[in-house]
Amino acid sequence: MTPWLAVLLATRLVRLSAVDLGIVVFYFALVLSIGWYLKGRAKTGEDFFMAGREMTAWIAGLSFLSANLGALELMGWAAAAYQYGILATHWYWIGAIPAMLFLALVMMPFYYISKTHSVPGYLKLRFGEPSRALSAISFACMTVLMSGINMYSMALVMKVVLGWDIHFSIWASSLTVAIYVALGGLRSAIFNEVLQFVLIWAGTLLIPILGLVETGGWENLKLQIAHNASPEYTHLWSTLGSFNNNPMGIHWTGIVFGLGFIISFGYWTTDFLVVQRVLAAKDLRSAKLAPIIGAGFKMMVPIIVILPGLLGLAVLPVKLTGETSAVANGGHSYNEVLPLMLARYCAPGLLGLGVTALIAGFMSGMAGNVSAFATVWTYDIYRALLNRKASDRHYVTMGRWCTVLGVLISVGTAYLVMSFASIMDYVQALFSFFMAPLFGTVVLGMLWKRATGPGGFWGLLAGTLSSIGMWAWVKVDPQALRYVALSPNARDMAENMYRALWSWIVCVLVTVAVSSMTKPSTDSELHGLVYGVTAIPYEAEAKFYQRPWLWAVVVSVAFVVLNILVW
Amino acid sequence: MQAGRISIWFFIGISLLVNGTLITGAGIGEIFRPPANPVVLYQLHANIWWGALLLVCGLSSCIRFAPGRKS
Repeated sequence: MTPWLAVLLATRLVRLSAVDLGIVVFYFALVLSIGWYLKGRAKTGEDFFMAGREMTAWIAGLSFLSANLGALELMGWAAAAYQYGILATHWYWIGAIPAMLFLALVMMPFYYISKTHSVPGYLKLRFGEPSRALSAISFACMTVLMSGINMYSMALVMKVVLGWDIHFSIWASSLTVAIYVALGGLRSAIFNEVLQFVLIWAGTLLIPILGLVETGGWENLKLQIAHNASPEYTHLWSTLGSFNNNPMGIHWTGIVFGLGFIISFGYWTTDFLVVQRVLAAKDLRSAKLAPIIGAGFKMMVPIIVILPGLLGLAVLPVKLTGETSAVANGGHSYNEVLPLMLARYCAPGLLGLGVTALIAGFMSGMAGNVSAFATVWTYDIYRALLNRKASDRHYVTMGRWCTVLGVLISVGTAYLVMSFASIMDYVQALFSFFMAPLFGTVVLGMLWKRATGPGGFWGLLAGTLSSIGMWAWVKVDPQALRYVALSPNARDMAENMYRALWSWIVCVLVTVAVSSMTKPSTDSELHGLVYGVTAIPYEAEAKFYQRPWLWAVVVSVAFVVLNILVW
Repeated sequence: MQAGRISIWFFIGISLLVNGTLITGAGIGEIFRPPANPVVLYQLHANIWWGALLLVCGLSSCIRFAPGRKS
């Protein structure tokens, strides 16, 4: 046993030095300073909720990606890479890139030209108040619940990794986020997300660099993984011909249609948590470029997430297991692979930066949740349903209090999960119920002018209820998995993908059926909202290398090449 | 993107500058007082060169986006 491992196993996972703690404390001071500095620039609703719509493509693009790059994302997918091999990369490539490019080139013009402040706001313009109310209420509830669950999970990780008190972790991180978002609004959240994005890379990029030095490069790494696990762990597509030939128990149809089409399009094009960042762009060209810039960086995230998980398979002298087994036998779980690799290579100072990267990831995700919650609550629930005639200043005050309230509800959820751990499974499933049908409703609304208000509402409702119904069916009768996921061998991830696919189809069919039986809107009512009756501005003044389509082609080519390289 | 007079890249520069200084300092300190349980690949002194890289990037960003400087 190597000396560093003996130290880890004897105590907590990692022990921070004074320099490490200094780096962590400096990070907290800096994000609060940014919030304090920006507080004077969040006086109107447009400033507080939309960051003044003045972000450049780069800032909006990095923030768009950072809001998604939470600590659980980092550690969870590193764990998935250790458990399932390079298949986990699908969630970064086919599970993100096509959807981000579709958002940029096809959907962004309608979001931007309609001058909506939110995705539920677009549904109000396109389908009317009932559709907005349904999506706003479900989004607001699910966002704060998910934020609380992520908060609890992060605090648990800090306890395992650093030995920090779970209550301290929850309150210190959540109050910091509440302060800087309540002070500076979306602008403060976006500024900090860009800072957090840089810190995440600075704190974790050394792991794959040193890991490849230790293993002797990519080819040697593949040989070691083949020896320690299986050669299938380093193939992205070639093992997906059958449910039984790969560690994830999934078929390529599930990856392409379930993940690549429905789940990823549902998340990246309609989840207001990420779309809000792009709506803050200063003009339409920047709004279209932002998701493309985000896609370029998203393709590189596997370097700091998937590669450390694969390196763990090759170099870690201990075998990681599932959470239950790790707790029972006193070993390490898959979820600890990233902190273990951090501890393996990072000396004092670097360790502090790595831990800061994890905290930054958590805070960027949480800030994304609470700023999106504050906007949807204030504009789509409070103003739309409860108080229509208040002043702009009143809504800004409401937004600030909502930010604090959203954080407090999240803390409450975190404590609820602490008492009833099984809630976590249910709420995560609940969140997935809304994404796929919402994508069906929004995409039909943008691309099919015959879709009507009643069609949009009933399609969204039917898609959501069918998703809940399929989930409950499998819970009550596990044999139903063979119908929902097309195979009795399908695992949870495969079930989620097929459930999303069916609920999207239900949403689309009901929307089409109800729309065809109801009165269509006139072209003048749909102007600025639907393809075919909206003039999309052409970027005539932009040079060719400034045009979004060029960079979308570049990203698409890189996407195809990368997939072929690790086929 | 300017926030009033201070760019986000200036804040990022400050962060990299401070972190780079602390990490490089810790790495140099380890040369004089080698740790009892060194990390894997300790002989590469990653904290010195990685810290120096962050320091240089941070310093460049601070100068380039310093408040009041015309870009």
